[in-house]
Amino acid sequence: MIPSSSQILRPVRLSTIIGSFALALFLNFLPWPDLRFVPDFVALVLAFWCVRQPRLVGLGVGWIIGLFTDAGNGVLLGQHALAYSLLAFLSVWLSRRILWFGPMLQSLHIALILLVTQAAVLVVRLGAGDPFPGWPIIVGPLLGAVLWPAATSLLLLPQRRPEREQAI
Amino acid sequence: MDHTPPPFFKRGPAPLVRLFFFASLSLALLVIDARFRYVDGLRTWLALAAYPIQRAATWPIDVAASLGSYLSMQASIIEENQRLRAQLLASVQDAQRYQELQSEAAEMRRMIGATDKLPVLAMPAEVLYLSRDPYAHRLFIDRGSAQGVKPGSPVADDTGVIGQITRVHPLLSEVTLLTNPDQAIPVQVVRNGLRAVAFGGGASGMIELRYMPANAEVQDGDRLVTSGIDGTYPPGLAVATVVRIERDVERSFARVYCKPSAGVERGRYVLVLTNETARPPRPEEGQKDRRGEKTRRSKGKDKSAAEKADKAIGDDSQ
Repeated sequence: MIPSSSQILRPVRLSTIIGSFALALFLNFLPWPDLRFVPDFVALVLAFWCVRQPRLVGLGVGWIIGLFTDAGNGVLLGQHALAYSLLAFLSVWLSRRILWFGPMLQSLHIALILLVTQAAVLVVRLGAGDPFPGWPIIVGPLLGAVLWPAATSLLLLPQRRPEREQAI
Repeated sequence: MDHTPPPFFKRGPAPLVRLFFFASLSLALLVIDARFRYVDGLRTWLALAAYPIQRAATWPIDVAASLGSYLSMQASIIEENQRLRAQLLASVQDAQRYQELQSEAAEMRRMIGATDKLPVLAMPAEVLYLSRDPYAHRLFIDRGSAQGVKPGSPVADDTGVIGQITRVHPLLSEVTLLTNPDQAIPVQVVRNGLRAVAFGGGASGMIELRYMPANAEVQDGDRLVTSGIDGTYPPGLAVATVVRIERDVERSFARVYCKPSAGVERGRYVLVLTNETARPPRPEEGQKDRRGEKTRRSKGKDKSAAEKADKAIGDDSQ
């Protein structure tokens, strides 16, 4: 088995990116029983593309997807837009560094990024006058970071070459 | 000579500049949305664009439910049938008594010259999904302005009130649940007719009566129903049951915690009620802000409801 970092990947297709975002939004809108313990799939996919394709997916995409999330959830317009553009900035900024590490250490970086994103949402909510919701809200970002290696291998699947082609 | 770098090095403005740009754009939107509500048009468009994905996200549940009903055993169906038949018998008796009482009540109301109550119309709707924000206490239903839903209408399920419509989009609308801390509902204790205002308790899933005098006559287990004096909620809908009362000596108010009787956080089907009564005009805006509370982002009718109910409490205590 060739380690994933040494493989030469195919160029990414735009349809893969759009499809992955649609899938993430779909997962976010599923009627989960307790939303505090569900990772934010959109944030995870956005972080992935910002790390892998910082020239294609960046702050603008994050901002627009944040607006969709806000409108779909009926919360203040702009809070997820702010959080996702912050997430996109951090991911683009750290992308070179993150790709240098193995999956475990990458997860640690992603955990930090997702926590900062959650904190941005929290600050907006507190600023709007809502009470502090309790510490379980940090479970979602940490679970998201745990899912990072799986998400990476899943989202890179369309870009992998078959083994035979590799050997040539 | 031209000194611009070749195009494959171009990365646009620096990321930090972009972050500053988008962050200020978001903050501007936040302020506009929170204070002035100018962006509701934009919100409606975004919600309409996200609708297909939201609709698709309820699909796995539908499939699971239909599979479950397909695989359910005959025995369980027979059992359910028997249970339903027994329930029907009980309901028929109730319905007969109800008709009798209704005619009696109508007669008495004619006798005291009160106006006839207008019937309450109910529109069934399906819950699409809960808001992702765990502290928003909102849910979305699959009926919108295309089906004639109006903002401010109360929403109930088969056991009681669950909330109120706060935003209406073309194909779906947003329901703010009773447990939302910003949501208020005027209630009445069934046992003695005491009126009060119930507020959402937030993450606890409870609702509470605030500003109750310390000697208010409320007991554990008291049932609360809508009082109907706000003109928004029809009177007599079950709201909650009192579970705990805190009478603190240091504070002049008692805090009463109640458990909602309806499945506020569960259930899939709800009723949107329309209660079009011929109301007298609202009183002048003189005694506003008696509560002196920040009913910012006030929900139109809801705020006036709370005010009226407040006035009612004032009348009671005098």
